[in-house]
Formats: sequence, structure tokens, C-alpha cells
Amino acid sequence: MLRLWKLRKGVVAALLLLFGTALALAEGPQATPSIYAPASTPAAQIQSLSYFVLEITGAIFLVVGGLMAFVCFRYRAGKNDDKSEPAQIYGSTQVELAWTVIPVLIVVVLFLTTARMIFAIQDAPKPKEAVDVTVVGHQFWWEYRYPQLGIVTANELHIPLSSKTDPKPTYFKLLSADVDHSYWVPQLSGKTDLIPNHPNELWMDPLYPGLYKGQCAQFCGAEHALMLLRVYVDTPEQFQAWVANQQKPGVQDPTVAAGRQVFETQACMNCHAVAGTAATGRYGPDLTHLASRDTLASGVIENNPKNLRQWIKDPDSIKPGALMPAMKLSDEQLDQLTAYLATLK
Amino acid sequence: MADSTLPIQGALDITPPAARKHSILEIAHSWITTVDHKKLGILYTVFGIFWLLVGGAEAIAIRIQLAMPNNHFLSPQTYNQFFTMHGTTMVFLVGMTIIFGFANYLVPLMIGARDMAFPRLNAFSFWVTAFGGTLLYYSFLGGSGLYGVGSAPDVGWFAYAPLTARAFSPGHATDYWAISLIVSGIGTVGTAINIVATTVSMRCKGMTLMRMPLFVWLFFVVSALTLITITPLTAAQIMLTIDRYLGGHFFDTQAGGSAVAWMHFFWIFGHPEVYVLILPAFAIANEIIPVFSRKAIFGYPAMAAASVGIAFVSLGVWAHHMFTVGMTSVSNAFFTLSTMLVGIPTGIKIFNWLATMWGGKIRFATPMLFLTAFLFQFLIAGLTGIMLSVSPWDWQLHNSYFVIAHFHYVLVGALVFAIFGGLYYWFPKATGKMLSEKIGKWHFWLFIIGFHLTFDTMHVPGILGMPRSIYTYEPDRGWGPWNLVVSIGGIIQGIATLVFAYNMIVSLRKGEEAGPDPWDAWTLEWTTSSPPPDYNFAIDPVVGSRRPLWDLKHPEDPDWKYEA
Repeated sequence: MLRLWKLRKGVVAALLLLFGTALALAEGPQATPSIYAPASTPAAQIQSLSYFVLEITGAIFLVVGGLMAFVCFRYRAGKNDDKSEPAQIYGSTQVELAWTVIPVLIVVVLFLTTARMIFAIQDAPKPKEAVDVTVVGHQFWWEYRYPQLGIVTANELHIPLSSKTDPKPTYFKLLSADVDHSYWVPQLSGKTDLIPNHPNELWMDPLYPGLYKGQCAQFCGAEHALMLLRVYVDTPEQFQAWVANQQKPGVQDPTVAAGRQVFETQACMNCHAVAGTAATGRYGPDLTHLASRDTLASGVIENNPKNLRQWIKDPDSIKPGALMPAMKLSDEQLDQLTAYLATLK
Repeated sequence: MADSTLPIQGALDITPPAARKHSILEIAHSWITTVDHKKLGILYTVFGIFWLLVGGAEAIAIRIQLAMPNNHFLSPQTYNQFFTMHGTTMVFLVGMTIIFGFANYLVPLMIGARDMAFPRLNAFSFWVTAFGGTLLYYSFLGGSGLYGVGSAPDVGWFAYAPLTARAFSPGHATDYWAISLIVSGIGTVGTAINIVATTVSMRCKGMTLMRMPLFVWLFFVVSALTLITITPLTAAQIMLTIDRYLGGHFFDTQAGGSAVAWMHFFWIFGHPEVYVLILPAFAIANEIIPVFSRKAIFGYPAMAAASVGIAFVSLGVWAHHMFTVGMTSVSNAFFTLSTMLVGIPTGIKIFNWLATMWGGKIRFATPMLFLTAFLFQFLIAGLTGIMLSVSPWDWQLHNSYFVIAHFHYVLVGALVFAIFGGLYYWFPKATGKMLSEKIGKWHFWLFIIGFHLTFDTMHVPGILGMPRSIYTYEPDRGWGPWNLVVSIGGIIQGIATLVFAYNMIVSLRKGEEAGPDPWDAWTLEWTTSSPPPDYNFAIDPVVGSRRPLWDLKHPEDPDWKYEA
């Protein structure tokens, strides 16, 4: 059985090599999030089911496609055809019955295998040690809440590594604040939609640490294309450290009081929250630990002071259609604000 | 009756129309006021080909934008408008229009009738459909009101709620989308009623249901399916318009409406719609494959039954578009099963076509080339369809480029190839001129190369995690090279389509004369002159079998002896 398994994997690897994408089968997180490089149980289960279905459909293709090619070559009229009509055959009940019954059997096998996998993934019991995360889809960013840990963050999800010996799967509750979105990290699981008034669930148990990429998979408006998704799978120590930092109240650095002043007087706080200050806006991402994130604008640009300044100055230049308005701040205000935000570690 | 004293006799102009010179105005008048099913069929088809060029141009713009990562050829807004308009145009203005063009032209001829059951309704339906399409494109000018710049719909051809609510889609673009589809839907329903009535009541003497050409069988099924499915679509459009203008809350989630309800409404229409579009491809295959294989269709009763079977099953599979919506595991399993069941009647059809070719003398003229490609491509489209019906796998592939590849395999690889084959096959009947075989072969090979470069390749970025409806992507994702190949293929397909348009124009002017029966075929339309006279048949035909012309050509061994 194991040998057969390796053979299957070999065939798919060969196919992908043929397509020049051998890397797509490597283990661990990939920049190209191939569904054939699974790093979590549901994604791996889908991969193995897909191999089974590929074998059956591949066999059908070879048999029927081969027959088609044979018929086209064998029965094409020659150049010196005598124009007589070939023998007319109007049908055959036995033959037609045969090619009705065989597809029925194939469908039965395919269906039973699929149904088993549907129940295995969708109805998997939630273990006690699971980490809960509530994802809220927004135009065009992700809000993450950890109800057990009291953390609210945005766009960059941190979840712990899971392993056979120490299973720590993450269970998601998926909500939407505005329109339909879809949560898709191909290496970790299939996608599930985030629909207003219709809470959904999803789970994954990532087996390799690192950064997994994905993006919104349901058209959600102007900037759907750049609603990128980053999942950091941390080792237990990394995860604990990250949690400890996120649970700390917002940083209060007295040297950037001017920037905080700008933040609190120039409408920023209408949409954004910074824990420990008067800013409690919920419309935009929580900025309490903004500086601890690697990227801005939901994964579009690297988080550094220059990009941050440009993002505040003119969000449309980085993410056309983004719902954050350009605040028309003076250069001085921009510098102060950037300096303040950079302290929110 | 020929009493020369009757005053009406002198008033009758008995000169055949072709012998008189007509001014352009007269010609235009005759086309605009016509109620003749053949002229309306041609109008539908020409109109559809026009929109094919428009929708194709949008596709090429989309492909140029996606050819490279971080490209700036189109703005995000324009891109979103283009992919919305591309989908809407291709499904409603191209697919529906051309297939109804074929039905209009051929159904009465094939059943030995002189026109459709309701010729005036027929003309009305065409002009309403044409108006609906024009209205949709008028949004480019009027979508934001006459004083502002235009704004075409940008909510996707599936227009999922609540993105279409006024809160997220201000302006009038979405209204143009909804209302123009209601309008063209009225035309579609009119035509469908007409085809059903014509098929039921206008068949010539001897043509029982089991002697109808399979082409007519399929359009009978398509029309019935259209009548069932346009209804929920129109209902949903009206509800959406009520939401937007009268404060309704059907789909307005901010007020407690349901986004999932929209999906159900849309796909109860949208899935059978795929079959409304693919069954006509089967219809064309059922005529062309036997004639060019020189054999009777294999298993006629099974073919007719499978068509009805596909139509029935197609009504119960819509939620396979919703595997990621968070249905229960039992629902997911149910819709997996119902979707897989479609494979059985479809398999019967493929095998019967193969059996028809088996032992024949296959002549690979251009129509048959297109239909052979149709067979291969439809096989692949069916197999990727089975993959997508496996709902856990669909959780990965849904809304990815794999799905785009799959349904373009169905709609281009099967439907468009069949339509091209059908146009080469029946063009001589409609115009009296053969389409050039030489240019036709160029058209075919360019198109098939372009098609496979585009849509074979397109499966790969889907597997590599590329979602649909994105106007750009990051360079590090590894999708760039694949997209470049896809775009090159798309441009080759565009060139091939222009070659076809050129072929039509050139052949219409100086093509070879066709004569009544250039392909040595067997159904009734080939008994008339090419083009047929206004009234189709001077004497009402009488048929004794499924292939009346075969009986005429082979009186020693007629078909009716063998028909089950």
C-alpha cells in the first residue's frame, strides 16, 4: 500500500515537473501555495482523495480518449473512397446497457469515497486543546480575534504548530462585516466563505512552522485582488512569546506624544483602536501592536516607516480602492504620526 | 382558383424577390420588420457573433492585464467591469443568442413546417433580446447618470449579494445589469415558448416525436429548461431591484437579509443554464457527426432519453456551486452525488457518438474537424467536472483558475467549437454559398492551438492557489509564466475568430455555390433550395423515418425498416 502511495506521488510529481513546478510538492510553507504541498491534515486528506479521483478520471480519459483517437484514424475516409455508404447500425441494447451500467458503478465508488471524506473533514470532532480564532472578513482586510486569549489583531494570523504527539489544531469561526469573502490558505485547508449573517467553521492543524500565504477567494469588490492572507505557524515557544506580547497593553512612549495627538485628533481613532488609549474604533484594523507586524495593507507592502508614511498619505497609491481615506495631513503631521505608529510594537 | 378576373390577381407581384433590385432602405426595412423564422435566425446569429467579438475583446484586455504580475494595463475598477461584462456578455448575449439563432433557423425547417408557431412573438423576442443587450452596454455611458462618466457593472456576472446592495454598489451600474437581464430574459422566454409550441404542434405528416431529428429533441429540452430556469433568475433580479429602490431586505444583509438566498436563486438558474448552453452543442453534434461519418446515429432512443435525463438531473445540482458556503455535510454529499449522476447520461451520449463513428467513413471537412475537437474537449471538460463535484477537492479548487479552466472547456471547448462546426455546416443552407474550406482549416487549427494554450494551461495556476476575479498578483507566487502562456493562447484565439469573420465576409461575396444539399445529408432542411424560399416548403413534406433523405436516396433499403 505504501509503495502504491509513493508511486502515486511520483506520478503527480512527474506531471508537475513536466509543468516545471516541482517545487510545488515540497514540504512546508511555499510562496506558491500549491494544493499539492499540503501541510495540514484536511489539506493532506483532500490531496489523497484527489489522487484517487485522478486515477479514475485519468483511466477514463485514457480509455475513452484512446478510443476516440483510434476511431478517427481507423475509420477516416480515404482519398480514393468509392463513395458507397458504410453499413448502417442503428443501435444495440446490450452495448448501450453496458456503457450505462459501468458509469453507474464508477459513480457509486466515487461517491462513497467522497462522502466518507466529506464527513471525515467537515464533522471532525473539536479537541479540547484546540485554539479558537474568530476571523472577520472586511473590505479588504482580515480581523482576527482570540476569544480564549483576549487578543485582537489584523491581517497576520499567528497559530501554533500542531503535531501527531502534541495536537494543537486551530478552529476558526468565520464571520463577515460587510460582503462575502472566502478564507483560503491552500496548503492548510480548503476554502470556506465568510458570509454576513451566516457564521461558518473551518479547522487546520499545521505541521510545519513558517509563513503560509493565501488570499480572499470570493470576489468582494474593488480591491479583492489585494486582500492577501498571511498565516504564521509558530513553534510553541514562539507562539507563547507572541501571545504574551499581544496581551500587553498598548505602548505609551512619551517621546512620540505629538504623533499620538495627531492620531487622536485627526479621525484616525474613529476607525482604529489602540488598547490603552481613547481610540476604540472597530471599522479598521486594530493597531495596538501594529509595529509587530511584517506587512501593511493586508500583506501588500513591507511594514517600514517609509511605506507606513506613504500608506497613510495616499492609501490608493498602494491599494487602489482601499476604504481608508487619504487624510490630507501636513508633512509634519505625517512624520509625527509615523513615528508614533512605529512605536506600537 | 387561377381566375384572371379576380381583382387581386393583378395586384400580386409574382416576380421572385431575388430578381428585383432593392434599395438599402428596402433591405433594411425587410430585415427590421421580418417575422420569417429564417431571417430572425440569421439576425440572432449575426447579433450573437457581434457580441462574441465584443466579449472576446474584453477577454483579451483581461488577459493582457494578467499576462504579467503587477501589471497596470487596466485599472482595478476597469478590470472588474471587464470581467463582469465578459461573463454576462458571453452567457446571455452570445451563448443564448447564437443557440436561439440556430433553433430559429433550423427547427421549423427540420420538422417540415413553414414557420414558427408564433411568428410575431418570434420577432418581438428577438428585438427585446437585442434591446436587453444594448441596454447592458449603455451602462458604459449612463451607469453613473448622464452627467457623469459611465460605469459598467463590476459585481461579477454572478453578482453575489450583498455586494450588489446600494451600500456596496452605489450608482446605477448594478441596475443596468439587473434590468437588462430581465429585459433580455423576456425575449428568451418568448423564444422558448415558441420553440416548444412549434415542436409540439407544427411537425409535418409522419414526423412522430420519435422521428424528430435529435437536434429538434434537444432544442425542445433546452426550451423547456429555459422556461423553468429564467423564472428564478428574473425573480431574483426583481427582488434585487426592490432591495435597491424600494427598501426591500431580501438580500440586504445589513438589514437581516440573506446572502445565501441570492446564491440559491442564482444557481437554480445558473446551473441548468450551463446545460441550456451545452445541450445545443450536443444538438449540433447529433447532426454533423452522423452525416460526416456516413452512418445513422447510434441508439437514437437512448440519445433522446439521455437528453431529457440530463435536463432533469441538471435541476437538482445547483448547490455544487456552493460547496464552500458552509452547507451541512449531508447537503454537500447530496449535491456531490447528484452532480456525479449527470456523468451517466452524458457518458451514454459520448459513447453513442463514438459508436456512430465506428465503422463509418469519416470525412474530415471543417464542420467535422470542429465536432471531433468538440468530442475530445467535452470528454476532458466532463472529467474535470467530476473532479469539481468531489466536494472536498472543490473546497480547494472552487473559485480558482482551475474552475475557470473547467467551465471554459465546456463553453469554449465544447459549445463554441460546436457552434463553429454548425456555422460551417449550415452557412451554405442560409446563404447559398459554401464557406471557404481553406480559410476554414486555418481558422480551425489556429483556434484549437489557441484554445489549448489558454485553457489547458489555465488549470495549473488554479492548483497553485490562484483565485479568480483578481486584477493582479504578486511576482513571487509563481503564477506569472502560466498566465503569460494563457494570454498568448487567448490572443491566438482572438486572431482565429477574426479569420472566421473574414471567411464569412469573403465567402458570402464570392464563395462556391452550395446547391440544396452540399453535404449529402438526410434531414428535411436539405430538401429546400439554398437559401430556402420564404415559405420553406412548396408542398408540405411527409416523412416515413428519421432520415427522410436517406429513404429518398436509398429506396431499396429505407430507414423505417430498422427503427426501433
